[in-house]
Amino acid sequence: MTTASESLPPPTASTGPIAWVKERLFSSPLNTILTVLSVWIVLMSLPPFIEWALIKASFTASTSQECRASGGACWAFIGQKYRLMLFGLYPYDEQWRPLIAAIVMIAMIIVSTVQRFWNISLLFIWVGGLAVVAILMWGGIFGLRYVEDTQWGGLPLTLILSTFGIALAFPFGILLALGRRSKMPAIKTLCVLYIELIRGVPLISMLFMSSVMLPLFLPEGFSIDKLLRAQIAIIMFAAAYLAEVVRGGLQAIPKGQYEGADSLGLSYGQKMSFIILPQALKIVIPPLCSLFIAVFKDTSLVVIIGIYDLMQSTKVALTDPAWRGFSIEAYVFVSAIYFIFCYGMSKYSQNLEVRLATGHKR
Amino acid sequence: MAESIIELQSVNKWYGEFHVLRNINLNVRKGERIVICGPSGSGKSTMIRCINRLEEHQKGHILVDGTELTNDLKNIDAIRREVGMVFQHFNLFPHLTVLENLTLGPIWVLKKPKAEAEETAMKYLNRVRIPEQANKYPGQLSGGQQQRVAIARSLCMNPKIMLFDEPTSALDPEMVKEVLDVMIGLAQEGGMTMLCVTHEMGFARKVADRVIFMDRGEIIEQNTPEEFFSNPQNERTQLFLSQILH
Ligand SMILES: Nc1ncnc2c1ncn2[C@@H]1O[C@H](COP(=O)(O)OP(=O)(O)OP(=O)(O)O)[C@@H](O)[C@H]1O
Ligand SMILES: [Mg+2]
Repeated sequence: MTTASESLPPPTASTGPIAWVKERLFSSPLNTILTVLSVWIVLMSLPPFIEWALIKASFTASTSQECRASGGACWAFIGQKYRLMLFGLYPYDEQWRPLIAAIVMIAMIIVSTVQRFWNISLLFIWVGGLAVVAILMWGGIFGLRYVEDTQWGGLPLTLILSTFGIALAFPFGILLALGRRSKMPAIKTLCVLYIELIRGVPLISMLFMSSVMLPLFLPEGFSIDKLLRAQIAIIMFAAAYLAEVVRGGLQAIPKGQYEGADSLGLSYGQKMSFIILPQALKIVIPPLCSLFIAVFKDTSLVVIIGIYDLMQSTKVALTDPAWRGFSIEAYVFVSAIYFIFCYGMSKYSQNLEVRLATGHKR
Repeated sequence: MAESIIELQSVNKWYGEFHVLRNINLNVRKGERIVICGPSGSGKSTMIRCINRLEEHQKGHILVDGTELTNDLKNIDAIRREVGMVFQHFNLFPHLTVLENLTLGPIWVLKKPKAEAEETAMKYLNRVRIPEQANKYPGQLSGGQQQRVAIARSLCMNPKIMLFDEPTSALDPEMVKEVLDVMIGLAQEGGMTMLCVTHEMGFARKVADRVIFMDRGEIIEQNTPEEFFSNPQNERTQLFLSQILH
């Protein structure tokens, strides 16, 4: 510290590439060891991977024998099976419908990230978008063939489960967080009970319960759709975690903010929605983003109740006897899809944090 | 004698076992300007915060402009619309611009149209002499500027009563004057009932109609500023004054 401040050179002198390398990579013995180690690991692992994934890979083989002969990755397998992986058991001729539905949902999500649309129009965009998705997926009107939701699968299903899981858990979780801080004992106890119960149970057992046990409690002849039950379980689960994340943000808001709002005569609802929640949510953007990513990936647990999300459709694709043994390629492919979405969420949250930063705290 | 706008009748309050307000009786006339002083922890903040229900009293009655403060939320809302408050630490909303800070209350509580609220806001920003800061965020302003925004925010609600809780004590010395000047201007204009907790005795001398001295939860002495400073009656008042008026 002292040496740096004594001899701080003019900025230009130390920015040559050699100086940069020296300063960043070899500034201390430990740093040097770490640099050498990292370079060694990259050199050891990258060439074989490139050789497997690109140089020796087969992109066009029409049989699995031909593909295997190349000795590298068999991307032709993805070419053969991508429709099964992406759309599951949805009728083959109708798969343009889930494709458009997925595009509509991704478009809605992207639109929602633009601050300019953060007003009432967003509500209309979502209601309209949802109607389009529902019509496309189920059909039954406009001359579209009816497709039962037990046949839905793949990426659109994963998107539906996670988008609604997050979108509906969000307001529910906020209400739970506010309820947990309520001065009314009945509401508070209820919220605490809910949050602690749900957090104490793994999602997988909630899905299982919703699928196996819930029907036992429902009156005879009354049934809730399996997909809907899974969706509700995901929403309930995510809401409990979200409530705790939001509560953390609420606790960080100084008492003066409440008093400032009270002294202006704002009602409880106005105070929360204009003053407290915007600040609290801004603080918890990073953990919220982690939570959303977790929910997105956790939707793959619906396999245990026989719903064919992206992950399960991939497993089905791997069972074709004519194309056995390409699970690495398949999982690299699905992982890439998951990664694109999760990385997008992560980047967006970082971007949002920067954009919403207003207060240099004094 | 003009009618009273605030009446505290035998007001008592406890924090657990601690008796923070003891039998407070206070009548404030319309347009009266009162300065409240006293040692730290004597209950000054607590008393004025009871007037707009930021704190709840447990015994006695508080009437503001004829409405009694009870648990009835309607009364509380009605009273908060009439009473503005300026805090030691400003309590501006950091995620909103200065202009948004000023228009939030008028738009949502007074149901004014946005354009009208913004016009009023600019009028008061001019009055506290920082119209050029309207589109900045509070975090980008100096302490003195923030406090002036906070005063303007309260004034935008067109209150009948203004409460000030040590508005200058969190400020750097060179900024105290700019805030006091605004407060003096407001007081000299007349019409506004002001209750101000402060140790700025110059301010008290200049504008106060009455100075109140509190100690250990009680009002010990009250008088006109001339009498209060030149001829304090109670020995605790004398001790306090000797400490702050070196
Ligand atoms: N929420 C609270 N819980 C318990 N005690 C409190 C609480 N708020 C204030 N007190 C106590 O009540 C007493 C009066 O507090 P108050 O803030 O009214 O004093 P004050 O006269 O404004 O003092 P200062 O000049 O330091 O602001 C203090 O002794 C304080 O410790
Ligand atoms: Mg105080």
